[in-house]
Amino acid sequence: MPNDLRMSNIFSAKVIFRPCRLRFEDETPVADDPISQFNISKILPLEVAGYDISFTNSALFMVATVGVSAAFLIMTTSGRGLIPTRMQSISEMIYEFVASLLRESAGSEGMKFFPLVFSLFVFILVANLFGMFPYFFTITSHIIVTAALAFLVIGLVIVYGFWKNGLGFLKLFVPSGVPGVLMPLIVAIEIMSFISRPISLSVRLFANMLAGHITLKVFAGFIPMLSKLGFVGVVGAILPLGFTVALTALEFLVAFLQAYVFAILTCMYLNDAIHPSH
Amino acid sequence: MASTNTETGVPGDQGGSGVFPPFDSSSFASQLVWLAITFGLFYLLMSRVALPRISSILEVRSDRIAQDLDEANRLRDESDAAIAAYEQELAEARSRAHAIAQEARDTAKAEVDTKRAGVEADLATKIADAETRIAGIKKKAMGEVGKIAEETTDALVSELLGGKVTKADIASAVKSVS
Repeated sequence: MPNDLRMSNIFSAKVIFRPCRLRFEDETPVADDPISQFNISKILPLEVAGYDISFTNSALFMVATVGVSAAFLIMTTSGRGLIPTRMQSISEMIYEFVASLLRESAGSEGMKFFPLVFSLFVFILVANLFGMFPYFFTITSHIIVTAALAFLVIGLVIVYGFWKNGLGFLKLFVPSGVPGVLMPLIVAIEIMSFISRPISLSVRLFANMLAGHITLKVFAGFIPMLSKLGFVGVVGAILPLGFTVALTALEFLVAFLQAYVFAILTCMYLNDAIHPSH
Repeated sequence: MASTNTETGVPGDQGGSGVFPPFDSSSFASQLVWLAITFGLFYLLMSRVALPRISSILEVRSDRIAQDLDEANRLRDESDAAIAAYEQELAEARSRAHAIAQEARDTAKAEVDTKRAGVEADLATKIADAETRIAGIKKKAMGEVGKIAEETTDALVSELLGGKVTKADIASAVKSVS
């Protein structure tokens, strides 16, 4: 009996696998569609006060991002080892990396925002890296998520800047040592650049993740498309395969780099809120 | 595999089909709510649990390192002092050894000098004795030469001349020759 069961298990696994593979080859318009990876699908429909706040695949990966990174950071440091284990030293390295980032750009006064900068960096980094798994959803590839994080930062900068410096915060828009004639122009430019900050902050992250994943998908899509053309196609598919491998490495770099850029820009904007006169 | 099917599923399982998913505003509310919940929870976990813990680990470690460095400095000072004491003792011992050697050399030299002086004095007396004895023998021998000459002359004269010659004559003759 157990033997039969095992046999049937193998068989059923094959049965499941084959339609999936066939589907991939036959319905290329769907599988190769580089946009479908950004679709949001409801896992648990939920509606509160007329708003659709369903638990979606995006929410699932937010929970996974938070769960995995919090579990990693908390569990690896639970030993409180004087001599760190490998995993504990990873947590310490992330801590010291972000701490030095913030201290160098915003000074020791900026360290009160350390939990926020650290959370942003780790959240974005882990979310981006999660997106590198095939079939995983990339939560940072949606403008609303990156915009929410960017507005959180800029909102904090504005609120803290006015709370700490009062109207002195407006000195941010009035650089010292500018001749009076140029002053209106400079102030206008400064205001424009300040307004564009949340947009550039959110669009940079969003566009990088979106474009990277689309490019990866397009190049990967060439491989099955060419493979169907027979021997010449299979040989020709080597090129996009190579591109896909190279792009995957590049995307890992981008995943880290974008989290880093977001964190360092956050630090610099917080520095503006702490020391507005420049 | 079933779940991947839903995730990479056909577009249009949501209301806003045909819209580029990141710009589909029907999902904005849900994403914002869940982002607020998850990121807020993450922020709380970081600021309350993880970061204080890591910072305390790092602080304890840097304290411990500072303490160990202090201890190492103290031990180094101690060993430096021990080395200095050793060097000093060594120098003292060396000078003492030098003094002892010098003393030994001096006493040995003095002893040898007195011994040599004694031997030299002894030799000098012996030489003096010998010289006086030689002088005595020489004097005695010289005294007897005149007499022998007289006797020889007497014998010669009496043999040759056959006559008797007075002893006084012979003595004066010998004296005039010698």
